[in-house]
Amino acid sequence: MFDALRKLFGSEKESSKQIAARRLQLVLVHDRASVSPEIMDKLREEIIGVISKYMDINRENMDISLANGDKDNSVALVANIPVSRMKHGK
Amino acid sequence: MSGNKTRAEIIVITSGKGGVGKTTTTANIGVGLAMKDKKVALIDTDTGLRNLDLLLGLENRIMYDLVDVTEGRVPYKKALVPHKKFRNLFLLPTSQVKDKSSVNPEALMKLCDEMKSEFDYILIDCPAGIEQGFQTAIAGADCAIVVTMPEISAVRDADKIIGELGRADKDNIKLIVNRIRPQMVEQGDMLDMKDINDILSITCIGQVPDDEKVVTSTNRGEPVIMTEDSLAGRAYKNIVRRILGEDVEFMDLHKDTFLRRLKRAFGMN
Ligand SMILES: Nc1ncnc2c1ncn2[C@@H]1O[C@H](COP(=O)(O)OP(=O)(O)O)[C@@H](O)[C@H]1O
Ligand SMILES: [Mg+2]
Repeated sequence: MFDALRKLFGSEKESSKQIAARRLQLVLVHDRASVSPEIMDKLREEIIGVISKYMDINRENMDISLANGDKDNSVALVANIPVSRMKHGK
Repeated sequence: MSGNKTRAEIIVITSGKGGVGKTTTTANIGVGLAMKDKKVALIDTDTGLRNLDLLLGLENRIMYDLVDVTEGRVPYKKALVPHKKFRNLFLLPTSQVKDKSSVNPEALMKLCDEMKSEFDYILIDCPAGIEQGFQTAIAGADCAIVVTMPEISAVRDADKIIGELGRADKDNIKLIVNRIRPQMVEQGDMLDMKDINDILSITCIGQVPDDEKVVTSTNRGEPVIMTEDSLAGRAYKNIVRRILGEDVEFMDLHKDTFLRRLKRAFGMN
């Protein structure tokens, strides 16, 4: 009976459709990123541009990539950007 | 999307994955536009796997094919097969024997340019995949209709195709979700049009239910849009009206009503 009520009010366990949507969302992020390295390059250049306004960074050792996020099915843009010097605030 | 006599609108029907309903969609939209008094040409570019002729019941009337035209053996008008019932609908069949690479993008573009002034709409039925056959099919198109199904692999392939179309500067893209099974959607076991729309972020111009009438009408060589009172036929009619620029509400294929949820919850589905 409790189960029936739970289903009724929509808090039932994840349906196969929800699983499908979740898996698709994740795989498409990877597909889209992996088919367009140009976009990743462009993104990297623009990030460098913004950050360089405030600090000097070590370009050789920086790394920007997509990775699985903290939560099971999230995707994160992970950037590791070594800072060699902060600029003076204006 | 509206056509006029001097310049046809050229629409490619594509999907990435095979078997999702490209050819069925091409045949139905073609017939539907012809029923609305538009002059329509359907070009089958799935060379080696010719099917559009069968769906239209024209398989016995073919004299020449697309490869004969692109290789300059006959003018396109000679290869066009008029539909038996709709005299303003024409099929340019592809070759069943030659291999897929026998038509290149430039040749198809040239042909489309030549045909443009004669038709209101030219629909191009695309082969599966993203190889040369796909590149050829999309070359001359003004816009694309991407057909997908509510299955993760079909949606993923549709996304890939959308990316490829974008790279080829084809930015006018519309989506059709085919073979929806309302009962499965109601049970939470199938993605619906809205889910897929959210995932792909492409304007949807139609949702077509999975319908036995598609099979029986294919058997007869009469696209389902010609039959009265079939759900799929109605869905295709709506798609045609949307292509013609009308604002048509989407059919209610499934409703998750409270009563239904109540029944389901108590196992009375
Ligand atoms: N809405 C539908 N309901 C039922 N069967 C369908 C529907 N759409 C397509 N089919 C069937 O699916 C199969 C593949 O369709 P087809 O149009 O040949 O796909 P494609 O051209 O993408 O390979 C055919 O057997 C066709 O009859
Ligand atoms: Mg086909």
